[in-house]
Amino acid sequence: MSNFETVIGLEVHVELKTKTKAFCGCANQFGAEPNTNTCPICLGHPGVLPILNHEAVDYAIKAALALNCEISRETKFDRKNYFYPDNPKAYQISQFDQPIGRNGYIEIELDGEKKRIGVHRLHLEEDAGKLNHLEDGSGSLVDFNRVGTPLIEIVSEADMRDPHEAYLYLEKLKAIMQYIDVSDVKMEEGSLRCDANISIRPFGQTTFGTKTELKNLNSFTFVEKGLAYEEKRQEKVLLSGGEVVQETRRYNDATKATTVMRGKEGSEDYRYFPEPDIIKLKIDQEWIDRIEAEIPELPDSRQKRYVEEFGLPEYDAMVLTQAKTMSDFFQDAVAEGADAKLVSNWLMGDVSAYLNSKYKTIDQVPMTAKGLAKLVQLIEKGTISSKIAKKVFKDLIEKGGDPEEIVKAKGLVQISDEGALREMLAPILEANKQSMIDYKNGKDRALGFLVGQVMKQTHGKANPKMVNKIILEEIDKL
Amino acid sequence: MSRINEEQVRYVANLARLSFNDEEIKTFTTQLDDIIGFAEQLNELDTEGIEPTTHVLDMYNVMREDVVEPSLPREEALKNAPLQEDGQVKVPLIMEAD
Repeated sequence: MSNFETVIGLEVHVELKTKTKAFCGCANQFGAEPNTNTCPICLGHPGVLPILNHEAVDYAIKAALALNCEISRETKFDRKNYFYPDNPKAYQISQFDQPIGRNGYIEIELDGEKKRIGVHRLHLEEDAGKLNHLEDGSGSLVDFNRVGTPLIEIVSEADMRDPHEAYLYLEKLKAIMQYIDVSDVKMEEGSLRCDANISIRPFGQTTFGTKTELKNLNSFTFVEKGLAYEEKRQEKVLLSGGEVVQETRRYNDATKATTVMRGKEGSEDYRYFPEPDIIKLKIDQEWIDRIEAEIPELPDSRQKRYVEEFGLPEYDAMVLTQAKTMSDFFQDAVAEGADAKLVSNWLMGDVSAYLNSKYKTIDQVPMTAKGLAKLVQLIEKGTISSKIAKKVFKDLIEKGGDPEEIVKAKGLVQISDEGALREMLAPILEANKQSMIDYKNGKDRALGFLVGQVMKQTHGKANPKMVNKIILEEIDKL
Repeated sequence: MSRINEEQVRYVANLARLSFNDEEIKTFTTQLDDIIGFAEQLNELDTEGIEPTTHVLDMYNVMREDVVEPSLPREEALKNAPLQEDGQVKVPLIMEAD
């Protein structure tokens, strides 16, 4: 983008993982048989009395505090009226003018620079049901299990200037929600959903350009790609003398393009009014303090601490703190006495590669923090070589257990006994005498070849440092 | 002076997914106008310095604990749905198509 500045704002919906729905005692459970978690309240039958779930309010306050929001001391709920088959009451209980949280921020890191993205508001509301469209086009099936699930809607300020900032904002938001444990934040299960608003304007212009809204963004990568496409598309429209039309568009990853979505019939006029079924909330300092005390150390603070306390590079600290499970695992391994940087190398390298290939998270594999710590220590002590460690690691991450046992059971202990090594090396060197002579004559590469031969024939068990030393001594004797 | 016109009645009817003939629209326009007129009596009161009332009950913080209670059996929950398929309510295809 050369002549235009991009302006992006995000609206994120996060499903809260309370045991029950927001206003009734039905289970809040993903993946249940359709329409088995419903009752007259969430189905919107006449004459029912919804009652607010205390835990849902606690979670919303916790999320608002974790996002540095001011908490509304007095707040209420409102009805947002609209007709759609996923919403049996024909209104959604939401919050209009008194959101639980306002004026917060999320800090992202961009090329080593920290940037604050404002959180305009955070409010509590209920989710709608799920529409399953029939492939034959004969209709849609409605599952009301999700109706009434507590949601928080987090609206950012239009502070992002690049699609990648939107990606970083979402990553950080997800991490924070995970740390405070109020949601599963799984985009694939819909417990985190994102709509993005984007407009462009000539640099220097203070008013915003006309925005478009992107919906159906089912991964953070798609958010970034969709926004990047939209940024270019709007620029083309403006440069060709056209005008951006305010509309809702969908990103299709197959075509890598956004297309216009047909709007809901009729204009959007939600006719909000105060919800008479729900009693007002007064949130006093005591309540806020109680929730504040439950907030654990958040990713930004952990990241800082990993650098200061463990001497990790900034990059490691950032990667390790992105997911709470990974961060906890790291801390546990270090607490077991393993070297922080070595643990970090394993987690960011082999462990992450394995997890990514299996679409798993660290808490879904049998390897424990204690196991990885021990593996690192075995290498440090020289009990096993780093090459053997890779073999042990494969067993460890797939089956768990004690690395020391794995090493013993597989006979993988590194051979560091000089006498034994000399005995093993003698025939190998004898068979490769020419390479020894080559080395003596200045062909440096020959040494690597010799060491390689030894490692091959000892199945990687020979201590490479000692092998090097013995070979050099033998060459000197020539 | 008329406070409500026919266009407004048609607009609200559309939002409520209701369909009326011209005669009904005329009737509702008059009736709604009367209702608004009746409610407008409230404007005679001086509410200067009074916080808006958002709820008639002067109570706060009525909440329930997060404890699961039995849901309806599915057959019971779907009893009033005229069309069903696979334990779900079937509705005409509603899709925000491309």
